[in-house]
Order: sequence, then structure tokens, then C-alpha cells
Amino acid sequence: MSQTPPIVSVLPTRGLVDEKFKVLVENLPPGRPVTVRSLHHSDNDHYWEAFGFYTSDHRGTVNVSKDQSVGGTYTGKEPMGLLWSMCPVPGSHKGLRLRKLNMCSPMLVNISVHSGHEGFRDGAPLASVLVERWYMAPGVKRIDVQEKGLLGTLFLPPGPGPFPGILDLWGGGGGLVEYRSALLASHGFATMSLDYLSCGQPVFTYVETAFNFIKDHPQVIADRVGVVGLCLGSLPALYLAADSTVVKPRCTVCISCFAIYPSDRVLSGSFEEITSLSGNIPVDENNLERWKDVGLGLLSGSLRKVNMEKVTSPLLLVSGCDDQNWPSFETAEDITQTMRAAGNDHLLSRLDYPDSGHLIEPPFSPHFRASTFVTTNKRKAMILWGGQTKPHSDAQEDSWRKILSFLQQHLCCSLNAKL
Amino acid sequence: MDRKKCCVQLSVHPSRGLMDEKFIVLVQKVLPGCQLTVHALHQCEDGNSWEAFGHYTTDASGTVNVSQDTSLGGTYSGVEAMGLLWSLRPVPGSKPGLRLRKKNVQTPMEVTISVYQGHQTEGFVDQVPLASVLVERWYMAPGVRRIPITEEGLTATLFLPAGPGPFPGVLDLWGGGGQLVEYRAALLASHGFASLALDYLTCKITLETGKMVDNQYFETAYRVLQQHPQVLGSRIAMLALSLGTSITLRMAVNSQVIKLRCAVCIGGSHVQPSDGSVKEILTYFNRNGSKTRFSEKNEVIWRDLLLPITTDPSFKVDMGRLQCPLMLVVGEDDQNWAAYDSAMDIKEMMERAGNSHLLTILSYPKTGHLIEPPYTPHFRASIFRKADTHEKIMVLWGGQTVEHSHAQEDAWKKMLVFLRENLYGGTNPGATLLSHL
Repeated sequence: MSQTPPIVSVLPTRGLVDEKFKVLVENLPPGRPVTVRSLHHSDNDHYWEAFGFYTSDHRGTVNVSKDQSVGGTYTGKEPMGLLWSMCPVPGSHKGLRLRKLNMCSPMLVNISVHSGHEGFRDGAPLASVLVERWYMAPGVKRIDVQEKGLLGTLFLPPGPGPFPGILDLWGGGGGLVEYRSALLASHGFATMSLDYLSCGQPVFTYVETAFNFIKDHPQVIADRVGVVGLCLGSLPALYLAADSTVVKPRCTVCISCFAIYPSDRVLSGSFEEITSLSGNIPVDENNLERWKDVGLGLLSGSLRKVNMEKVTSPLLLVSGCDDQNWPSFETAEDITQTMRAAGNDHLLSRLDYPDSGHLIEPPFSPHFRASTFVTTNKRKAMILWGGQTKPHSDAQEDSWRKILSFLQQHLCCSLNAKL
Repeated sequence: MDRKKCCVQLSVHPSRGLMDEKFIVLVQKVLPGCQLTVHALHQCEDGNSWEAFGHYTTDASGTVNVSQDTSLGGTYSGVEAMGLLWSLRPVPGSKPGLRLRKKNVQTPMEVTISVYQGHQTEGFVDQVPLASVLVERWYMAPGVRRIPITEEGLTATLFLPAGPGPFPGVLDLWGGGGQLVEYRAALLASHGFASLALDYLTCKITLETGKMVDNQYFETAYRVLQQHPQVLGSRIAMLALSLGTSITLRMAVNSQVIKLRCAVCIGGSHVQPSDGSVKEILTYFNRNGSKTRFSEKNEVIWRDLLLPITTDPSFKVDMGRLQCPLMLVVGEDDQNWAAYDSAMDIKEMMERAGNSHLLTILSYPKTGHLIEPPYTPHFRASIFRKADTHEKIMVLWGGQTVEHSHAQEDAWKKMLVFLRENLYGGTNPGATLLSHL
């Protein structure tokens, strides 16, 4: 072993969560087996790690962007494997999910290099560096929104504006989930994340109010406001795109789409309604709840669906074909048929990803096939989301780039903007 | 181009970078063939505002890429990826003689990069830009630790890289203005060197007793660094500018305690009395004070104080006895120190003694005295407060902005490679990752 420690460098040391980084280890003895490991201590006090097994070259260097990992939580040439293949450290609770709660501080990841492969944990790290991953670019402003009965968080990009706007609707987990909005603001969109589940109001009027709030904001371009919805959030998103007579989004993105109206307009009761309609939620051999089958039943059932033939603006549907939580792919197919029959399918774009699950998150977010989930009536369940880690992570990276491109195309002025 | 405000997309990548990292400034979604001004604004810690700007024309796709396109004018011209930083200058109406230096290295330097319509040269603050973003420039990488050092009477700050270590060490010295200047040591720690910034002119001991420190002070600093549990005691270098060079060369050759792995000396000289320490060196310079010249703007030129380079060996460090690799960095237009002439004399001494294989000279035309980390703004003169006499004068440093800025970038890269080679030793110098510099 050489006298001086190896040198780990990561570029950039401070990046946005959707930026790639380069990890380089130098000053190792040549031909030495080493493990490159990432470690993150989450906001809710759990430890997550990823690691790859490498061998230094004749110059004593390991370049994670170019070299092959031969084992660990990821294999092959994977520049970002140290992030997307993260999983809870051995001994952790089951069913953890990694989500950042505080947007104003970065996610801190420790990247270290260890001697050897299988037994790498036995020794102390040889060298390490700290990397910051941010959801908020410098100058992005975070503003609590508590007017007009709304509960949300608005993120404004830096600069004088005005900016295109986005209403960001998360899924059935409830609460105020801010990270995608913060990241969209870092890409130039004035974005508001909205808690529409605990508002206790009829949700469709509520989201119309929220949409108008964004549209009327002095720093938002009124005719350039779009909607992004994930899972249950895609229902109010599609309502705005199709059935709302009050607002018209410039464009809409739905990830893991849900397009069925519960009979109660207050969505918080929807889970109970759904389960009561179809009996118990089926579980798989590991006792994980598979909601997909419930969804498939509903798709062919009698509940009313969103009137997709009324959509008059561009729509992007993103689906994981191995989504075990909701029949996203089947929903997307159903919507396609409806729009084709109505003659408005030229507005529709689809991204379907084989072997990807339900939770299609921003790039490099760790994947997990299942996790604990607290339903709206406070029941704790272990839910199967689906997906295989590598294809799911590729889908996150690919879909995010295409979602941003779609939003930029439709929300940012064209080059021939009218004066 | 009214409502087209909304079109313009401005991005700077990375938005958070180290001070010596390059960035890419991209303006998109404008009409082709449009005139734009890309502008940088920074408000420094003492409240003064600095700005830089370049004039561009969008290409056929309505884009300006500052790293690839030509600035047609402004505070910099030509293809200059980092011109928005190194050509920063005080905004019109500022006091003369300002110098941009960051005191608090634990927060980033914040720069607002904006795009304005047309080719503008003034009045930016009164206009609304088409777009603007905020960029952070850091001296400290995440995980670098800052530790004030006051033991054994030292006034110093230690910066440790992230990780378990142990790390090679660097003793970092500045010049005749004194103060505890931390930014270069912080940046060195961000590159893997445990760095100790040392105040040796306005340190606590001197302020309290009125007496200047002696050679022992530097030996103590070296020992404290050497004995630190996270420092590799046998791998310590000294890096110095200006007066700090005088100290470094003296210690490197004469000290029984200080055993350097290598040294980097910027803008300084080996000419000094052989006995004594800081006080004696300063007295020697002051005795030559009559050789001070003045520019037509009445700026002080101290370059001639050591010229011609003496042939008397008792007034020069005996460079023939140097035993470690030495890198000398000199600006050929240094109006403050006769650094180039000293470097040539050092070379001759070492060639005669047979140890010139240890010497590397980086000599830069049209470059002045203050060869700082990359993208630090250049100014030919600024107000300088001598630490010993406290007088405030306008000093001429020299250098032409473009050449000086290129020299800073080139020298820093080479200094880091030199330190990496000698302190980490025995490996391919970090050419791969340092290519982003």
C-alpha cells in the first residue's frame, strides 16, 4: 500500500439531484481490488448505501464513469450507480423509502473507497469526500402558500420573470411533497406543490383554485401554466385537462396515471371506497399488497372515467409496465383508445417503460420494489410498487429528460412569439 | 423584443462550483442574430459592487454559448469562458484602488449572471434583464473542515480535506499586507492538502508586544502542522506569495527544523540579509526605499528596491544548498517585486551549484505581481496598507488583465500538479480530473 492515501474526487461536489457526477479514485496501488461506496444519512434518520466493486488500473486509478463494477449494489459501467442503487444498510427496518423533506438543505452523500470487495466493511475507509445534491438551485425562492384556503408551497426561479408555471400534484401518500416542485423551479418553472388530500374540500374545485392562483401570480405567464400529476394526483390533473370548464392547462404530464372518478368528490375517501368496492386488497407471496388488480377491476367497472375526448391541449403519459400498484399501462392504453376514437390523439404522447414500477421519481432516486405506506385512514401497509432496479432507474433518467423537454416545448414561448 | 422576455433561457453550469472550476454560461431560445449582453454582478463583503460583461450575437439557433462564442466587446473580448469572473471590476462611481478578496471562506461568493437586450455598457442596475440566475463560487468543498489554530502563540487557520486522512500538508504564506488570509489554503484543502494559513505580520503576538516574529514562529507553525494526527509529517510543502517567498526560501535552505518536500514561491525574491528574520528583511527593504519610483498616476513602484540583484552572497539565500524541488512563479510585468530578475539569479546560483534539476520556473509575460487563484479579478494597482507602518498607499502591481488572468489559470493548474506529484508522490499526476480547471 502506498504511503499516501488514495484521492477521491467527485465532480461536481455540489450538484442538482438530476445532474450527473464523475467519481474518480487516484493514487491507489495498481491492480488493487477496491470498493467505492456511497453513504447517506436521511432526514428521517436512516442510513442508505450503494457500492461497486472495482480494480484499479496500471496507473492506480478507478474511474466510475468509465470502469466496470463487477459486483455490489450495481454492476457494469454505471456513472450514477452510487445513487440510484442505494438501499437501506444491513440491519435497517423493512420497507423504507428515501425522500428528502427539507428542500433548503442539500442531500449529503459520503463517497468513500475501501480495500477489497466482499469484506470491505471490515476495514476503515481509505479516503472519502462529501458530495452535496440539491433540489433547489441557488436563487430559487421557497414560499409558503396559505391563501384562498390553499395549502401549498410555491417555488420561484431566480430572475425577474415572468416564468411559465406548473401545478404539481403528488400521489395518495398525502402531505406536502416539495422536491419535484423545487427541482422544476431550478429548471425555470414557477412551480407549486399542493396538498389536496388533507384539505377536506371537494378536490376538483380546490385544484381549480390552485391553478388560478398560479396563473394570476405576478411572476407567472398566465397562458403558460401546465400541470404535472403522479398516481392519484393525475386524476385532478386530467380533470383540469379534460372536464374542467374553469381552467385550461397549457399542457399536462401524468405519471402512473389514474383516471377514474370516485363517487365522492372528496378524494380522501377514495381508498376506502375502492377497497369496499372490491373486497380485500390481494397480497403476493411476500404479503405485499398488490393494488394493481383492484385497479384493473375498476378500469372495467362502472365508475365514471375522466372524459379524455374533451382534452384540447398536449398530454404526456408516463407508465411503468411492471407497475404493481396501479394499472398505469392499461390506463394509458384505455385513454389512447378513447382519444383515438374522439380524434384528439394527436395531442397524446406516451412513454412506456418495461420492467419499471409505479414510483417514477426524478433521476438517480433509489428504487425499491416495495415500501411501507400509510393510507389516508392511517392504516400502515407494505405496498408492492414493482419494477426492477436497473430498468426502473433508466426509466427515471429517460423520462425526466423527456418530461422537461415536453414542458419546455409547450410552456416556454416559441421562437415566433407574438408581440 | 418585449414579450419575448419569457423566451430567454439562461443557465450556468455548474450553478455551485469551486472557485477554480470552469462554468458554462448558455443563453437559449432567443431569435437568431440578436444582440445580447451577458453580465455578471457581485457584491463583495465590504459592500462594493463589481461587474463584468460581454457583448454577443446569437447564432442561427438563437443561442449564445459563452465558452465557445466570441465576445465582441465589454470588459473582455474573444472566446473567454471565464471572462465574466476574471474581468470583474468595480462598478462606475466606486472608490479607486479596490481589491476583491473574500474574508469569510465558509460562505460562497455569489455572482448574479444576467442577460440584457442589445450591446450595453452601462446602467445595468436601472434595467430589468431578460433573465438572470445566481451562481455560487466556493473556496471550501463540502466536508472540508476549518480549524482556528492559536496554540503555541500562532495566529493561523488549518483547513483539513474531507475524509480520514492522513493528508500531506501545506504551509501557506501571504505578503506584506499581513492579516490572516484563508482563501488559498481553503482551496488547497479542497484539493486534498491539509493547509495552514499563517498570519506572521499582524498576528496576536505582534499586536500585543509590538515585536515582529522571528524564525522560530515559522518553525513552530511547521511543527504544529507536522504533528497534527491527520497530517503526514514527512510530506509538507510551503506555498507563498511576495514577502512570504522571502521567508519560504530562507526556511527551506537554512532551517534545521523545517524539512520541506517541495516549495512554491510566487512573485518574490531570495535577496535578503542572511541574519535575522521578518524585521530584518523589512528593514533591508526600507533602507532601499530611495529606489521607490512612481508611475504617471502616482502609483508606488517598489520593483527597483532589490535591483540590481546583488552579487554579495551575504544578502542572498544560498540557493545552491536547496535540497527540495522548487517552483518559482513570476510575472514579467511585476512592478512590485523584482521577481523575474530574482528567478534568473536563483537559476544561475543553482546551475553553478549543480542542483538546478530541482528548479522549475513559470514565467508569464504581461503578468503582474498578484498571481492569485484562477478567475480572481486583476487590477494593475490597488490601495495597499503596509502591515508594519500602517500607511495606506496606491501600489502598482503590474500586468495586463487578459494575460494576467490566463497566467493565473495556467499557474494554478501547474502548481496543483507540482504539489500532487511531490506530496502524494509516485503516481501519475492528477491530470485526469484537473482537466476541468
